[in-house]
Amino acid sequence: MTTFAPAAGAAPRARMLSAQTAIEFRLQLRNAEQVGLTLIIPLLLLFFFNLPLLYSLGVSRRIEFVVPSIIALAVMSAAFTGLAIGAGFERKYAVLKRLGATALPRGVLVAAKTLSVLLLEVVQVVLIGALGVALAWHPHGNPGYAVVLVVLGTAAFGGLGLLIAGTLRAEATLAAANLVWLVLLFAGGIAIPLSKYPHGVASVLQYLPSAALSDGLHRVLQDGAGIPLHDLAALTVWAVLALPAAARWFRWE
Amino acid sequence: MDGLSLRLEYGSVLALLGPNGAGKTTAIEICEGFRRPDSGTVRVLGLDPIADARALRPRVGVMLQDGVGGYRDARSIELLRLFASYAAHPQDPSELLELVGLTDAGATAVKRLSGGQQQRLSLALALVARPELVFLDEPTAGMDPQARRATWDIVRQLRADGVSVVLTTHFLDEAEQLADTVVVIDSGRVVAAGTPADLTRAGAEGQIRFHAEPGLKLASLLIALPNGTAAIEQEPGRYLVSGDVNPQLLATLTAWCAAEGVMANNLAVERRSLEDVFLELTGRELRT
Repeated sequence: MTTFAPAAGAAPRARMLSAQTAIEFRLQLRNAEQVGLTLIIPLLLLFFFNLPLLYSLGVSRRIEFVVPSIIALAVMSAAFTGLAIGAGFERKYAVLKRLGATALPRGVLVAAKTLSVLLLEVVQVVLIGALGVALAWHPHGNPGYAVVLVVLGTAAFGGLGLLIAGTLRAEATLAAANLVWLVLLFAGGIAIPLSKYPHGVASVLQYLPSAALSDGLHRVLQDGAGIPLHDLAALTVWAVLALPAAARWFRWE
Repeated sequence: MDGLSLRLEYGSVLALLGPNGAGKTTAIEICEGFRRPDSGTVRVLGLDPIADARALRPRVGVMLQDGVGGYRDARSIELLRLFASYAAHPQDPSELLELVGLTDAGATAVKRLSGGQQQRLSLALALVARPELVFLDEPTAGMDPQARRATWDIVRQLRADGVSVVLTTHFLDEAEQLADTVVVIDSGRVVAAGTPADLTRAGAEGQIRFHAEPGLKLASLLIALPNGTAAIEQEPGRYLVSGDVNPQLLATLTAWCAAEGVMANNLAVERRSLEDVFLELTGRELRT
């Protein structure tokens, strides 16, 4: 017989964090639109951009350019568009309000969301890398620099995604996050190298978070360059602006 | 809210009763820390719901109005396990799911549950952390009669086990059945408060209705009836006797009818219900 005799108290934070991360990660993989956006579309684009149909890249081995671009795209899909849409609908359906009435601290919730995005990115990079290798990709450079770029890119994009999700209605977030994704894919230095743009335009576009992430990954993985300080600095500025703004203006209901 | 004042004794059940838009949810959300009062003082378990939220949240269970408010793609049992993971000494999620009659729906995604099933899951989520106090905002809205009775049993068991309960409802029988204290609110103000018995006892104790030929001479009846009893012909042929209704009064009335040769049809002894009180207090017009 169940007794309701009170025995209240919060669980240890580590237990909350692991349970919360597990469910956030599982739900990401269970949502068909999210899987399409974060896994299937990047893999399809990797395959098609590697076909020299659209435009010449002026590089001898096209795959060397395409794989870092698609990794940048995948990070943007998971940390920006996917996170924004997910959080937008969680607001709409009072998930965040309901969680706010439990013992789960907000900091643990945000940490769990971050960890689940990072876990998703691991899955993305493994799949993209595997398909890349199957298409004769040979990575160069220090993978540690690529990891730093991806983590900083996640912070910048995650902050921007939460800023949109926390301030707009869920439907508007859906539209905005997808539109920004599409614009940055083509105008943000991912699918089309910024060198294809007029110099004046490119000198502005290079500071977009997508361009900084994509450029940094190309420098490391394509050219085998050292620490891409310029790109890391740009991503850091975006993260430092976006995360506090999201924390400041995020409306939980 | 306008000067709303509520007090809940530890281990008792308080029902906030009022028509739609009366301010029930606003009042409960202020206690839950979702809204900041413009003025006034709120203490829940002796703590401030906003300033002391960190300390208070683990001790309080909440059932929101309108749906579960949990991850819609999650399965029922997953969500209950998740909420159990937030608590130091949680209930067993499977047992709790069985208690609310959702064992068969454990693998069903939250968004595919019916309205009544979502309410039952929401109740389980409010209870899984073994709270000292629970806020149930319209707990039986959308439930079928069986689920409603089962929910009432759970509320009674909560009280018996020493959990304090604040619930809102616009079902009068629910308040009458469950609450130690009923607070009737309208337009953010308390219009009546007390035990269900107190509220229904206020004013007339009861009444007797009967049908007979129109135009009876009620003056002679009133002489026969005790002081403080009223007898009126509401419409031609429809009579209402109100006052302290007891067997003696009923015998006096029927004796008078026999002496006068009056056949009283459809004679009915009625208790004043909480619904009568409620409608008197909050008016009969429809709320928008």
